[in-house]
Amino acid sequence: MNHLIVMEQKPLEEIVRMLDGVNKVLIVGCNGCAGIYQVGGEKQAEIMKVLLEMARKLKDGKKLNAKAITVLRQCDLQIAVTTIQPLIDNYDAVLSMACGAGVQTLAEFFKNKIIVPANNTKFIGMQDRELGKFHELCSACGQCILFETEGICPITRCAKGLLNGPCGGQAKGKCEVGGWTKDCAWVLIYNRLKEKGHLDLFSKFREERDFRISQSPRELGGSEEKEKVQ
Amino acid sequence: MTKAVYSDLMRQLSERRFVFTGELEPVKTTNLHEVLEGAKALKGHVVAANVTDNPTAFAYMNALIPSYMIQKEVGLEAIYQMTTRDRNRIALTSDLLAAAAVGIKNVLALTGDHTTVGDNPQAKPVFDLDSATLVRLIRKMVDEGVDLNKNKIEDPPKFHVGIGANPNADPLEPEILKIERKVKIGAEFVQTQCVYDIERARRFVNATSYLNIPVLIGIAPFKSIAMMEWMVKYVPGIFVPDEIQQRLRKAKEKGGKEAVLQENIEIFGDLVKEVRKTTKADGVHLMAVGFEWIVPKVIEKSGIK
Repeated sequence: MNHLIVMEQKPLEEIVRMLDGVNKVLIVGCNGCAGIYQVGGEKQAEIMKVLLEMARKLKDGKKLNAKAITVLRQCDLQIAVTTIQPLIDNYDAVLSMACGAGVQTLAEFFKNKIIVPANNTKFIGMQDRELGKFHELCSACGQCILFETEGICPITRCAKGLLNGPCGGQAKGKCEVGGWTKDCAWVLIYNRLKEKGHLDLFSKFREERDFRISQSPRELGGSEEKEKVQ
Repeated sequence: MTKAVYSDLMRQLSERRFVFTGELEPVKTTNLHEVLEGAKALKGHVVAANVTDNPTAFAYMNALIPSYMIQKEVGLEAIYQMTTRDRNRIALTSDLLAAAAVGIKNVLALTGDHTTVGDNPQAKPVFDLDSATLVRLIRKMVDEGVDLNKNKIEDPPKFHVGIGANPNADPLEPEILKIERKVKIGAEFVQTQCVYDIERARRFVNATSYLNIPVLIGIAPFKSIAMMEWMVKYVPGIFVPDEIQQRLRKAKEKGGKEAVLQENIEIFGDLVKEVRKTTKADGVHLMAVGFEWIVPKVIEKSGIK
């Protein structure tokens, strides 16, 4: 099981539309989460190059000057820039096949280029390999209470993000959101706490959250001086 | 108990009288006529009426104005329903101050159905607070004269705060523990979702008796066979005994719509009587939105004075 950023590729028509008028594009794959989940890794960047070239040819018979490369991690400014810098002068636009953080890392550095996102970034997820399905498990709230809830996050897995659930919208352990098909996180928590004889943690009243802790945009660590990339 | 009593609802509950409450639902309109007519039908038969707050996440007229108007124009006490779905703690605090300013005495604190089940499913859900932390907000305002962040309120409000509960919940135990949680932080009465089966009502009242909080069992007659069938089919957890379903269907075959409504009076009058006689419930919350006239008839049939 992996816990990574889950994303899905945008429809090709949307990518083509964003690149309208661009003749030279550098397609940059990412071997981090995007590569592991085969959404925006080396292979996908190569395929994207072929698809975009074909699309351009079909549209006006012209040739698109495209090149596909892949970096280790696009969210690491130093790694990304070291790989891209020597090539960038030949291109007008960069198509980033990474998550939103990767796209913005490139946008921050290559300010005079058109930066195009190839993916929609969905959530921090876990992959169930057997079913090939991704599940959202963490919303990076910054106030982890998993110790009290038997390792089930109500902030993410309860559709209302309740700290004092379940709400009246559960029936037989299923949630009203999505038509009673998904598990009610609070009933899952209740069942596990009951099994372990810790219903006191269920009955516990939890005070309202302090939303300043997860107030965007967030920062962590480092020094105040901007990192220098050569 | 020597707790202060601000409302007729709380007065009757503290006198251990069997209490009736009703329900009014402002809809997507700018006209108050229907709500006021409904209130007139209930007046004198129920001690107070709930005014719903965008039920099932439908964007309707806000609940505060009709709550105020039924008190002012009809003299019917309001139970102002508040959900945490559409407003954060700032807006809730603000509305509570306004509610107190116009004489609202009872508030029902609810989490609220999710936005995605409503008529604007694209909306951003709020849920800054939940029903439990809303109870805490109200308690702090009333008992300490401050908001959640301890900011002082001039002329603090005087509210009684109630909560919702579902006797049909399966599993039931977490539902009971949730009530326990809210009783500990100061909830004062419970109004339940509709129950059609006396056994479920009894089981629920027994399960909550250790909490010493007044419980009003929710009873909702069926406006039509279609409404009943919809409830049975689409509202998970609702159990309508076969006997009730068959009696109503038979009535329809014999005498159409009118006969269904008459049969409702019989069925639910008896159910109210059963609740009174065979459970330790403190009252009944009668929900007949859009046909409030049936409430006095159901009460009359129950024989409870």
